[in-house]
Amino acid sequence: MATSTTKALAGGEPPRPSPRSGGGDTPRRRGALWHRLDIKGAPYAFVAPFFIIFAAFSFYPLIYTSWISLHDVELATLDVMEWVAFDNYVELWGDSRFWNALQNTITIGVISTVPQLMMALGMAHLLNYRMRASLFFRVASLVPYATSVAAAALVFTMIFERDFGMINWALGSVGIDPVNWESDKWPAQIAISTIVIWRWTGYNALLYLAAMQAIPADRYEAASLDGASRWQQFIHVTVPGIRSTIVFTIVLSTIGATQLFGEPLIFGQGPNGVTGGADNQYQTLGLLLYEEGWKNYQMGRSATVAWAMFMLLVLVFVVQRVVKRLRSRTS
Amino acid sequence: MGTLGSLRRRAVATAAAVGALALVVGCGGSDDSATGGGKKDGKVTITMGMYGVMGIKETGLLEQYEKENPNVDIKAEIAGDEQTYYTALQTRLAAGKGLKDIQGIEIGRAKEITETQADKFADFSKVEGTDHFLPWKESQISTKDGKVLGLGTDIGPMAVCYRKDYFEKAGLPTDREEVAKLWAGDWNKYVEVGRTFKKGFKDGDVAYMDAASGLFNAMVYGYPEQYYDENGELIYETNPAVKEAWNLSADAAEEGLTAKLRQFQPGWDPGLANGTFATAVCPAWMLSHISEKAGDANKGKWDVAKAPKGANWGGSFLGVVEQSPVKEEAKKLVAWLTAPEQQAHIFKEIGNIPSSRTALDSPEVKNAKSEYFSGAPIGQIFGAAAQEIPDKQVLGRKDGTIKDTFSQGLALIEQGDATREEAWKTTGERIEKAVG
Repeated sequence: MATSTTKALAGGEPPRPSPRSGGGDTPRRRGALWHRLDIKGAPYAFVAPFFIIFAAFSFYPLIYTSWISLHDVELATLDVMEWVAFDNYVELWGDSRFWNALQNTITIGVISTVPQLMMALGMAHLLNYRMRASLFFRVASLVPYATSVAAAALVFTMIFERDFGMINWALGSVGIDPVNWESDKWPAQIAISTIVIWRWTGYNALLYLAAMQAIPADRYEAASLDGASRWQQFIHVTVPGIRSTIVFTIVLSTIGATQLFGEPLIFGQGPNGVTGGADNQYQTLGLLLYEEGWKNYQMGRSATVAWAMFMLLVLVFVVQRVVKRLRSRTS
Repeated sequence: MGTLGSLRRRAVATAAAVGALALVVGCGGSDDSATGGGKKDGKVTITMGMYGVMGIKETGLLEQYEKENPNVDIKAEIAGDEQTYYTALQTRLAAGKGLKDIQGIEIGRAKEITETQADKFADFSKVEGTDHFLPWKESQISTKDGKVLGLGTDIGPMAVCYRKDYFEKAGLPTDREEVAKLWAGDWNKYVEVGRTFKKGFKDGDVAYMDAASGLFNAMVYGYPEQYYDENGELIYETNPAVKEAWNLSADAAEEGLTAKLRQFQPGWDPGLANGTFATAVCPAWMLSHISEKAGDANKGKWDVAKAPKGANWGGSFLGVVEQSPVKEEAKKLVAWLTAPEQQAHIFKEIGNIPSSRTALDSPEVKNAKSEYFSGAPIGQIFGAAAQEIPDKQVLGRKDGTIKDTFSQGLALIEQGDATREEAWKTTGERIEKAVG
């Protein structure tokens, strides 16, 4: 489904060739034409592959998905499409499952993103110290990121298992009653967040670390001359120094959280994975899309969820821009 | 996942999620013919698409056929999970690309195939020597105008698997004949025995049955009509069979007679290994799963008793796609694979119960005993159960999905998330959504 949010990161404008006054005779003029074509056209030729691939694998699916979302279509009979205009959207708006999934997406997003970025920041700070085997720790922090979602989620599912899982065993050994990690709402959401946090903290920490190392050392010197403690240095020098990276990771994590799918699907296993628990207690928007498309085989409704997710991201983006504009105006 | 029979067939749950993508993406390819099968230099290549443990490849039947027919080369591809397999099959049927010459069809999908894809499958009604099947098996894969889209492989008659040692501790009889007498003819008695078990069993935390959904399925599948009537109308809301099964299962759930597990999902396997429940309603094909997961440590502790009523859970068919370049050869192969001797062979090897009457009556099947299940005469027990299955069984398009939805509804009661009225209402709303 077309929910990809690839952004064309085209660089700045190509340097303009200095305008040259028209030449005299024909061969010279033709040479000048080639030259101009070379200078003006070549940049487009170089960036074209990206846009062609983008058009084929992102833009076309996006448009086709929107077309499907206006129809009643089943997976088995994709060629039979019944036009229903915006009925799917109206239905989705009135569907309690959608609001439930939206709420779950937000809560899981918050309880996975906030601790994740905080921990990443702390970890980056520690990794930034001079220490033995720093390369080892840096590589180690990236290992979870290199693990496949399926493998990680499966292992965590076993750890969080109700009757024979490791966590309940540990809780039991200190006299705490076993927690029903899958079927209770908050435990399930926390368990899923744990998988996300485990996978992404190291990655974000390395991004922060790279940004921290770009902060000039004399700022710290100046701060310590002014009598700033380590903690004050962290708050007043480090954090402002990597602000743009922090914003970048927040944007990435938000997009990731909106599209959260693999972890809850595998965590639930079988029918419960598809519906996000027997009570839909951890069904995210991604899972709702999957349920509509690959359990109910209703491609029209599935495409509608995809577009709703896309529009949510656009909405978040617009709100963020407006807030930024307003803030810069007041300051 | 999806449908009943498929449950047995999931090897690894995760493979489903990952495999789904791989399968959907990996269709097509650079084959010469549309199906990858064909004839070349006097050699016939036949491709097959199957799922789970249908026992056809696993028991060496394909090699045997190749040996007997040296000019035939069979390429079989097996998906671990039926839900994944069926999603890919639907996509391929819609696109007309990437199909195999022979495709497996699960019972829960049979209705959808006969209703919407009949023209894409070859007709078996004129193939000779295929009159040995149980009458209801063939009717499930036939269209209204008499086209037969496939031949049956196995069926899923049910019994009750129980732990003898736990029954003894709870002061219940342990002999399979006496146990069967305790609940003969009535599922209510099965639950009643559960109440006695709960009172009598003092030794630790053992539930009477694994899941309320197992009981529900067993009851519902004992009736000719379940969720749909013969005209394809949804009747689950008014069907007394469904309501009765729901209420009894809800009783069991509310009274704490279940281990609140989900069959074939994580937790169920360690439950078998560690013995957290004393009984499970078990279709024939479930035995191999139980013996594998419960392991050698529990050998001889399990036994099999006749279920209160006969019912069928699961089973499959093999069909040949219309566009296959080797249609006749493929049909011949399917007829051979589903012939009585081969079905009896599969039963002997892995315990899938034949859908062929002739095979069911063969001494090989009738006299079979299971060593793991305390020497229970499984051939007799399941053979007799197969005779009790209603002669007519009405299938519906979304049977598999509806069954899963009911299982989740019962889980809501088990977990204490909802009263039975709330859970019934939620289930109804979800089914409305699922049937579109």
